[in-house]
Amino acid sequence: MSEVAVQNPVEKKPLIGKKERKLITDPLSDNNPVTIQVLGICSALAVTTQMKPTMVMALSVTAVVALSNFVISLMRNAIPPRIRIIVQLTVVSVLVILVDQALKAYMYDISKQLSVFVGLIITNCIVMGRLEAYAMGNKPVPSLLDGLGNGFGYGFVILTVAFFRELLGSGKIFGFQVIPDAMYEAGYVNNGLMMIPAGALFVVACFIWVQRSLAKHLEEKE
Amino acid sequence: MASKGNTATIVFALVVTTLSAALLAAAATLLKPAQDENILKEKQQNILSLVGLNGPDDYKKFDALVQSIVIDQDGQIIPGAEAISLDLALEKKISTKDPKYKVRYPMYVYKDPKGRTTYLLQTAGTGLWGPIWGYLALDEDGNTLRSAIFDHKGETPGLGAEINTDAFENQFINKKVLNDQGQFVSVKVEKGKHDASMPHAVDAISGGTITSNGVSKMLEEDLASYLKYIRQQAPQTSPL
Repeated sequence: MSEVAVQNPVEKKPLIGKKERKLITDPLSDNNPVTIQVLGICSALAVTTQMKPTMVMALSVTAVVALSNFVISLMRNAIPPRIRIIVQLTVVSVLVILVDQALKAYMYDISKQLSVFVGLIITNCIVMGRLEAYAMGNKPVPSLLDGLGNGFGYGFVILTVAFFRELLGSGKIFGFQVIPDAMYEAGYVNNGLMMIPAGALFVVACFIWVQRSLAKHLEEKE
Repeated sequence: MASKGNTATIVFALVVTTLSAALLAAAATLLKPAQDENILKEKQQNILSLVGLNGPDDYKKFDALVQSIVIDQDGQIIPGAEAISLDLALEKKISTKDPKYKVRYPMYVYKDPKGRTTYLLQTAGTGLWGPIWGYLALDEDGNTLRSAIFDHKGETPGLGAEINTDAFENQFINKKVLNDQGQFVSVKVEKGKHDASMPHAVDAISGGTITSNGVSKMLEEDLASYLKYIRQQAPQTSPL
């Protein structure tokens, strides 16, 4: 990566302006990759039963989107158009494998819980979507910010989903029990639906419902 | 973006792939020791947790807590072999290709403070999508299972993957591997309700039939070999 950076020095950018800030904030709400663009849904269903692995997944995706956006943007003028998709895939795969290897070395328990889903970041539509839609046509620093923004947008949604699934499904938050034993003794039971992927569909749907009722301008005009 | 000639395209592809390969090779080499350590630690923790040693640092005293031995499939001790690094799945894979090959089995002998022996055994097999494996604690009577741990590489979540849940594993506690005549019958994972009156079977997982069958098969294969050794020990450890 560093070799590439030397060949194509980053253009100097002044302070982060309004436009740059929008790159980060837009994907959090009005242009959220999961709830508005409906990308990356599969992993939002699969890894969100508990908050801790979800957090790691969110950080992993953010790192991959941001860095691949940055690297592809650096190379964007050198990439031969005919092989651009495969070059993008190569860069994404390298980054994902690096993340996977690092997790296996330093966060073994979590890497076991995430199992194949880290490898599947390669196929996460958000990553390729941002590369094609943004990094191929923009400078490195805005691309990095765009990647960070979309990673945060994704992370925000899956963490929200995980919060409700872990709370309702196992009565815990980040592995700590929050629903008192007295409730269970009084007959409260954890919701088994939240532990299976279908539970995530309900939570994501409610999320989209709430978001669209709050922001009426997102609705398509009839 | 101007279209480029074939040569430029090929050179670009070569540079990108070479750089990627170098980067990945470097990362794999640098991180390998830490990854291997994690795998070893997990294995030791699994084995010790069979006899209730769940302390976070217990694995550091592994060699002091249990005696490691390696036996072959006929129950003979192989002197000098290292148990913890033995890859049972690989051993069994070689034996399917070469029928004359004798599978080596790692085994750990634990003596509790009262002097009672528990044999800690390993088992390995195949589920629906890939490898499954397990750790078993067998009482010194060579018959009663004290606990079991199973895990898998990539069985279907919610179905076959359920073999690593407490609900599945706890069913094996106090199951018997020998029938009333003292013959080896193993413990089968099968459909239907099973209670204490059925000492040789546990409930299979709905929707996880192939994984469940895989568990039955690996238990039958591996326990048979271990019992050949354990039965030789039984007279010596008896109080008489």
